[in-house]
Amino acid sequence: MSIEVENIHKQFGSFTALNDVTLSIPSGELVALLGPSGSGKTTLLRIIAGLERADSGRILFNGEDTTEHHVRERKVGFVFQHYALFKHMTVFDNVAFGLNVRPRGTRPSKSEINAKVMDLLRLVQLEGLAQRYPAQLSGGQRQRIALARALAVEPQVLLLDEPFGALDAQVRAELRRWLRKLHDEIHVTSVFVTHDQEEALEVADRIVVMNKGRIEQAGTPDLVYDHPANPFVLNFLGNVNLFHGRLNQPGADQHGADENAVSYVRSHDIEIERSPQDSTALKAEIRHIQKLGPSVRVTLAIDATGEFIEAELTRDVFKNLGLQQSEQVYVRPRQVRVFVEDYQI
Amino acid sequence: MSAPTTTYAAKANDNHRITEPALVRWGLTVVALVFLAMFLVLPLAAVFSQAFEKGLDVYLTALKEPDTLSSIKLTLITAAVAVPLNLVFGVMAAWAIAKFTFPGKNLLITLIDLPFSVSPVISGLIFVLLFGRQGWLGPWLDAHDTKIVFAVPGIILATIFVTFPFIARELIPLMEAQGRDEEEAALVLGASGLQTFFRVTLPNIKWGIIYGVILCNARAMGEFGAVSVVSGHIRGSTNTVPLHVEILYNEYNYTAAFAVASLLAFLALITLVVKTVAEWKVRQQLGR
Repeated sequence: MSIEVENIHKQFGSFTALNDVTLSIPSGELVALLGPSGSGKTTLLRIIAGLERADSGRILFNGEDTTEHHVRERKVGFVFQHYALFKHMTVFDNVAFGLNVRPRGTRPSKSEINAKVMDLLRLVQLEGLAQRYPAQLSGGQRQRIALARALAVEPQVLLLDEPFGALDAQVRAELRRWLRKLHDEIHVTSVFVTHDQEEALEVADRIVVMNKGRIEQAGTPDLVYDHPANPFVLNFLGNVNLFHGRLNQPGADQHGADENAVSYVRSHDIEIERSPQDSTALKAEIRHIQKLGPSVRVTLAIDATGEFIEAELTRDVFKNLGLQQSEQVYVRPRQVRVFVEDYQI
Repeated sequence: MSAPTTTYAAKANDNHRITEPALVRWGLTVVALVFLAMFLVLPLAAVFSQAFEKGLDVYLTALKEPDTLSSIKLTLITAAVAVPLNLVFGVMAAWAIAKFTFPGKNLLITLIDLPFSVSPVISGLIFVLLFGRQGWLGPWLDAHDTKIVFAVPGIILATIFVTFPFIARELIPLMEAQGRDEEEAALVLGASGLQTFFRVTLPNIKWGIIYGVILCNARAMGEFGAVSVVSGHIRGSTNTVPLHVEILYNEYNYTAAFAVASLLAFLALITLVVKTVAEWKVRQQLGR
């Protein structure tokens, strides 16, 4: 089922949570709403679910206006950041809840509910835990039960609010790969909220980058990563260095006029050389070296301007160059994007 | 197995570092125990020893006296009306306050606390001023041949007023701590408002409710000040147990007074036990 978000505006007191947001989500896609906290991404998700009312604007499911539909009637599955499992019910009763509360006429029989719940528990690979209580499960298991519970009512749309936010790094990585696989199997239109760019890039078909209640850019992971629409998107999707003024670089992604131009270079797009190969190389001094597992982060001060930049090298490159602190080297930006300065990050 | 031993030794040492010297620890413990004994255990023991001073027969005779039996009956009726009503009001108020935002929410919280902040005597006087012969509604009630003040309805009203905050006050923090997530999850899954309340909200506050009911009941049965003002002290008709104790005491009928008082003391002990269990369960519910 496709989702249309039309001119949604939401105000909390004097704080504008969503400012005229319009977005179209095609049927069957897995879309990430990505942004820093306070960017309005969770509010937008809750408005799509019907848990929150927009001040103005419309939400359409498959072209049908659902703005006035109660959350109960929208047939969405919602997964909460902190699971929101019913603490006093077993895992089985949690998953069966959405079926058990149906009016007598449309409620499946006991054996049908039983079969359905067991199917879902198998889907989330937790069939052995039906009689446990949520308190007896790990965070990752709880979130998978929450997902099974949401899927039990056969939702047309699955909405996930920072589904992996409360989990530790390893479980998070495992679970998001699993979510991607699950989505490829069941193909329900899904929207998930995250502030983790890596998570969005890895899992989503499309990424919607949000900031201060507005959509900065929407598109495939490749599009928003390779062709960011503005410095905010560029900065949010990876570490980036600023060079004031336009860098003399052929093939740079040029935007705007010369005055107040700022050049942006991602830290892994900076090469370090012992001797300058051509005129685009800048003289710099190594100020700090930090080893981060597979990569090495080198902080440098540009001689000409005194600006600090960070370069990310692989361990091999770092070893081959044999870099030391306080050494004089040359840096060469590979991929430069120029934006005019009144864009604030 | 030397490694674990050293760890434990280190732990004990660490603990030792942040505790006070033995003299201070024992000194404080003794002071606390003496205080407890003098102000809590001794009075309770005195009530029971006075009550049974002249033997079990005298104790039972004092309780079987018609005026005493009628005061017990009235107290039970009062609690049986006041506690369920306050249960309904309290749960509704706590639900509204903890789960929704609306204008006037803070005013409502203040109003719920009002009976706690007002002297019980004033609480009683409010009802005399409203429903008494000289009160606002007095002439109208007279015309319709209804008596509220110096009758059972007045006692029940005053008790409801005084015990109003107990259940709401117990539930508001519990429900606020639990948040709205589970209710929202139930709604998204298609549950109606009533289904959500009975299947999700209520089970989560069960022990909080029991705790509140127990405290509310103890106060409803034991309330003296407000009830004293509206009761009129008519023996065998508008006397509750606490009022009856006072009358017997003022008549120098000590054994009977303490015998009846021992009933309230029993109630207090039972309340404490149930309260402890409920508190433990509430903590468990929050901890999960």
